[in-house]
Amino acid sequence: MAKDYDASAKAAARALGFELKEMEGWLCCGAVFSNVNDNLMTKAGPNRILSRAQKEGGTLTTLCAGCYNVLKRTTFHATQTAASQQAINEFNEEKFTGGVEVLHFLEVLRDRIGFDAVERAVKTPLKGLPVGAYYGCLLLRPPAEMKLDDPNRPSIMEDLFTRLGCTPIDYPARTQCCGSYLSVSSSEPSEGLSRDIMQSASNSGAKVLAVGCPLCKYNLESARKGSAAHSGAEDHVPIVYFTQLLGLALGLDPQQLQLDTHQMQRISESQSEVAP
Amino acid sequence: MSVTPAKRVGVFVCHCGLNIAGTVNVNEVVERAKKQSGVVCAVDHKYLCSEPGQALVRDTIKQQHLDAVVVAACSPAMHESTFKNVVQSAGLNRYNCEIANIREQGSWVHEDHQKATGKSHIAVRQAIEKVKLNEALQPITVPVTNRVLVVGGGIAGIRAALDVANAGYEVYLVEKSGTIGGRMAQLSETFPTLDCSTCILGPLMVEVYRHPKIKLFRLSKVEEVKGYIGNFKVTVRQEPAYVDVAKCNACGECAKVCPAEVPNEFDMGLTWRKAIYTPFAQAVPPAYVLDAKNCLGLLPQACGECRKACDKFGTSCINLDAWPQVHELEVGAIIAATGYELYDATKLTEYGYGTHPDVMTSLEFERMLSASGPTSGEIKCPSDGRTPKEIVFIQCAGQREPETGLPYCSKICCMYTARHAMMFHHKVPDGQAYVFYMDIRAGGKGYEEFVKRCQEERGLLYLRGRVAKVYEENGKLIVKGVDTLSGKTVEINADIVVLAVGMVPSPESHELASKLKASLDVYGFFAEAHPKLRPLESPTAGIYIAGAGHAPKDIPDTVAQASGAASKALGLLSSPTLEREPTVAKVTGELCSGCGICIPICPYTALSLSPITKVAEVSAALCEGCGTCIASCPSGALSLRNLTDEQILAMVEAIVAS
Repeated sequence: MAKDYDASAKAAARALGFELKEMEGWLCCGAVFSNVNDNLMTKAGPNRILSRAQKEGGTLTTLCAGCYNVLKRTTFHATQTAASQQAINEFNEEKFTGGVEVLHFLEVLRDRIGFDAVERAVKTPLKGLPVGAYYGCLLLRPPAEMKLDDPNRPSIMEDLFTRLGCTPIDYPARTQCCGSYLSVSSSEPSEGLSRDIMQSASNSGAKVLAVGCPLCKYNLESARKGSAAHSGAEDHVPIVYFTQLLGLALGLDPQQLQLDTHQMQRISESQSEVAP
Repeated sequence: MSVTPAKRVGVFVCHCGLNIAGTVNVNEVVERAKKQSGVVCAVDHKYLCSEPGQALVRDTIKQQHLDAVVVAACSPAMHESTFKNVVQSAGLNRYNCEIANIREQGSWVHEDHQKATGKSHIAVRQAIEKVKLNEALQPITVPVTNRVLVVGGGIAGIRAALDVANAGYEVYLVEKSGTIGGRMAQLSETFPTLDCSTCILGPLMVEVYRHPKIKLFRLSKVEEVKGYIGNFKVTVRQEPAYVDVAKCNACGECAKVCPAEVPNEFDMGLTWRKAIYTPFAQAVPPAYVLDAKNCLGLLPQACGECRKACDKFGTSCINLDAWPQVHELEVGAIIAATGYELYDATKLTEYGYGTHPDVMTSLEFERMLSASGPTSGEIKCPSDGRTPKEIVFIQCAGQREPETGLPYCSKICCMYTARHAMMFHHKVPDGQAYVFYMDIRAGGKGYEEFVKRCQEERGLLYLRGRVAKVYEENGKLIVKGVDTLSGKTVEINADIVVLAVGMVPSPESHELASKLKASLDVYGFFAEAHPKLRPLESPTAGIYIAGAGHAPKDIPDTVAQASGAASKALGLLSSPTLEREPTVAKVTGELCSGCGICIPICPYTALSLSPITKVAEVSAALCEGCGTCIASCPSGALSLRNLTDEQILAMVEAIVAS
């Protein structure tokens, strides 16, 4: 899962002149940041990752919004609660003291590379492509800890897509939750939420939905598959990673970006619909 | 200083019920105090500030022939003057009394009984050492200037100014804008009686304007405040109105030709006004005023159309060459009535204010309700002018949210929202109002009844819960919220959404407070000297506070506080002289080299070089006893009365030795 995200991000980075290096000894972040304070075990995993990242230079980039959320919040809390941090470090036998900068790939593009540089590197602008950016919640919330963008009116993805030549579509559900891990235990609520999101985007005129999280993508796609009864316009909206659109605009081969024929067809159709 | 031999010291320890005795072992403090040298007796009492307690102090002083007293009790901010009065009434000099604070700095802040007791003992010891070296001092008498400065021309400032003036004293009323009236002038009706706001405010505004004892400085700002209680010297800068009030007959010819249009702040930006304008129909003074910031050009004159029109059709009352005026005012007391501002609703991105024109603040909605407002009192959607059928009111918008907004409750929103919803139903009988609320806080005379009446008679739908999001879809505002009583999420298609945003201090209050040396609370509201016992006074002597600049409050509370502040100021003015604390700096002439380092350092301009002796002199009336000069003196010639180096060292020794 999410091989397409990985491949497209790495390829896009290379096209922009930098390399994403896989960190040594990475492990699962735990997938959810635990708000429980008396069970430190849930915090061992992310702290282990961060202590290793600290040794490797202190900047950790993530693609998955879930990992980003867990790791960034862990860094935030490491500097807040000294006593429990010491206990975690002793258990892990690896020391993490808060000196890691956790970045989402979007943040790298905005703050390190700069959208100006991205724009200059665009070879085949996705002229007029009506893209709905889907943020979900983990990228943005809780805002005091994530500090990526305004949690209610974010613009980082739209700003990027504008530079790629697209026409970003503002739609109400773009920061709504997709149901997250509910899809594992009971898929109904998450399917409902995901369908609302797709409908909202489609109603506002989005022809492509771009995401920055594998779980969001999975939930949106499963909701579509799971409900054969529905077949609205939203069912024809391909769901892609923002890195795939970035790669296309940078002139990379769709195959290298792992965009399938169906997705590519929808994207070029949508573009020709809007282009005169 | 010569030490008078062996002062007989008495120590009085207060239990303060269980406030002190619950944590501090009072008996132990008493027993240990008895062993200190110079202490003749030590006793305790359950409530030392009560009359029996005070009598105990008085009687013991006489029976034991005490020379000095240490009271171990609450903070000196609370009862220092009480016990000094007791000591004085027993025939001692009031400065032979010291307070050891064992409550605020002892029992209240410690849990470990033994350590709290030990600390209390140290506090008592150092007070004993200090009082032994205290001089007998006489209060300094200074004259009182019997005029009052009121800053802010809203209902608080108006009421305070009128009360002081009606008592026969002169008042200077400083207002930043072109008219007095403030926020109350913008209101349509007032709760819970639905009085027309302008109808009850207007006559007061006129009364201020006509009052022989009130001098109004509009378009003015306090620039500098010098002096102290009873004797403030205030510099006020007044911007020109460019229109002669005496000649202007408000014909409006000038505004007709003015080419500069700006959002009208009186209508919360819902309408436009010209750069030369009258703020509103009842404005006082009733004349046009030129807003120099938005005028196309005064220096150099770029337009001048208004003057041409005035000369041709009007009364030739426009003078575009007017200059700001600086007024030097001498007053005895200052009342700060700086009012409030609305919390910036654009920060509440979840509600879409500033993105959707039909999402409004409560004050914008208020203007729409007003007969003098942008729609002459009709309710219309700002986006397209249609009559709204479904309206959603969101109470506590950005309030009671410590993480993202204001942590406090603004107190008035429950009431005005009920009124707004009621007025909506009155004006749009087939419409439906929904009110999202957290709690209904209707504490006030007739308030609960008013809210109930609105809910029951008008069929308002009150939903207990918060709104998560407001967004636009197909030309309608979708309000997504939760009704926590049914436990269900709610989605309402609304035409207008009204945000009951909170009150924040007006931006000028911060600047004014620093000029007045008055303290502000964490939110920037004026702090009171004591939340319960001195709510009308700033901790800075001679400064009184009134209205929403102190805390969010409604009109009845504001008016009551304004009258209270006025009567406090009148109390001060009622005596021709005033006693000031004599614990001020003094110069030992023989030690002073006349270097003058202390002179620019003094924040109160109390120091100068004597032209005759060429050494530093302290003006006791100006000195606040802050001690800055003492720290700066290279030759140790300056000292503070009753807090000399000798005393500080004795106190340190007492602490270290304990």
